[in-house]
Amino acid sequence: MDTSNIHWSALWVFLFFFALVTVMGFLASKWMAGPSNKGAHLDEWGLGGRNFGTWITWFLVGGDFYTAYTVIAVPALVYAVGAYGFFALPYTILVYPIVFVIMPKLWHAAHKAGHVTAADVVWGRYRSRPLEFAVALTGVVATMPYIALQLIGMEVVIKALGLTGELPLLAAFVILALYTYSAGLRAPALIAFVKDVMIYIVVLVAVIVVPAKLGGYGAVFSSARDAFAVKGGATGLTLKPTQFLPFATLALGSALAAFMYPHTLTGIFAAKDANTIRKNAVFLPAYTVLLGLIALLGYMAYAAGVKVQTNNDVVPALFNGLFPGWFAGFAFAAIAIGALVPAAVMSIGASNLFTRNFWKPYVNPGISHEGEAKVAKVVSLVVKFGALVFILFLPTKFALDLQLLGGVWILQTFPALVFGLFVGWFGARALLCGWAVGIVGGSWLAFADGIKPVHSFIVGGETYTLYTGLIALGLNVAVAVIANLIFGKSSQPALKH
Amino acid sequence: MRLLLLLPFIGLLWVPFYNAELPTLFGFPFFYWYQFAWVPLTSLIIWLVYRDGVKKGVQ
Repeated sequence: MDTSNIHWSALWVFLFFFALVTVMGFLASKWMAGPSNKGAHLDEWGLGGRNFGTWITWFLVGGDFYTAYTVIAVPALVYAVGAYGFFALPYTILVYPIVFVIMPKLWHAAHKAGHVTAADVVWGRYRSRPLEFAVALTGVVATMPYIALQLIGMEVVIKALGLTGELPLLAAFVILALYTYSAGLRAPALIAFVKDVMIYIVVLVAVIVVPAKLGGYGAVFSSARDAFAVKGGATGLTLKPTQFLPFATLALGSALAAFMYPHTLTGIFAAKDANTIRKNAVFLPAYTVLLGLIALLGYMAYAAGVKVQTNNDVVPALFNGLFPGWFAGFAFAAIAIGALVPAAVMSIGASNLFTRNFWKPYVNPGISHEGEAKVAKVVSLVVKFGALVFILFLPTKFALDLQLLGGVWILQTFPALVFGLFVGWFGARALLCGWAVGIVGGSWLAFADGIKPVHSFIVGGETYTLYTGLIALGLNVAVAVIANLIFGKSSQPALKH
Repeated sequence: MRLLLLLPFIGLLWVPFYNAELPTLFGFPFFYWYQFAWVPLTSLIIWLVYRDGVKKGVQ
């Protein structure tokens, strides 16, 4: 390995924090065990004992929803296109009224029957194996590229430390896999405290110190404005009129999809009670402020005159350029640890799905609670290994494209998972038809557009561009309604709480 | 009360309303500080609805 480019002070700080969370990860198996501990049970490994209160849930969901990849990719997009990249802000605001209305009901449904996954809830309500399978499969497939993306986030900061080769990434991932195996959801929940505090420190320092060095926010925005004026095209400090619809539909569609993912739902199911979730809908937006500030790093890069080869290097290059080595190392550690938390929760969410909705119904219906926990632990290793192989051997673009498609796909589970909580009208067959049309239609549109997140319609000479996932969801719901009219109404009543 | 939860959707999805640079606030163009302002506002709205639910004994 070539050691001449290594930033030693940054690397030591990085290694210190990485070692700290590794120790915490292994110790976490005994954390918050409490008197209600069920021992070898999937509720313990996969949901942390279903005992997380407001604070732990806040750190866990915050740490797992606002991922490391976000910290890299959102400023990169804002750097590249300007205002359009800010759809992340309305997205992560609108998600909370949605969480507030839907998730306490989902929690009740899951808690009452001991459900661990979204597909469990669907099975519990509709008693339809095909619909359960559809929801579980979508969850697993959408999560895999998401884990791979966290690895990309980690790769970017490892590169910024001056390390080369794939060994550091491999080492980080093996450590992650081992403590997730031993401690389950408790490991990321405990590490999330460290990660989130570190990220808050980094961002607060960055948004105070960087503009001070660069001449204030006015100067930051005006240097970005000048850069976009040179760049031209659909870039700028405000949106072009053609971007209004894509901006709004991306925000809304992403907000609807966000808590359909296994990793975000795992945080919901692990909550102690419904009010824990409601209080978190009030307090989680604090992370959205943070995300908005992180997005502004993309503009600060212009003011700082940062030059990068790929947009993803904007944030590391900015930190390396403006901060002393030790603080850059601290920031990179925050981002890398920020990748570990979601990667762990995602692999746990996917393992829970595999165990409860593939293994239990099709391989071993009589499986014990202990057996479930055992299967899930092994699957979590396989899932992480799969993501690693993905990143090491396939082009990065593949992971990005799949992640984008994954967003379209996971949104198609919304009717199956959510509608039954509010209305008893829909039957399983109709929802399954809707899901299938949404998945196929959404994928087809996305492929026809060359894997773009938005699709353009031309109606009466006017062009309308919308988020593909939302179009597919519209198709999905329309088909479900029509199919339900054909098949006849569901015989099940709506869930009552 | 629950209808209050629709306000952020109206405020943020009607994009032409806030797609402007002026007026600026602390150097932030309107487009940016307006969206930031919706974060605490949304929190406040959700809290009001939550408090109302607690009073009514929502489970």
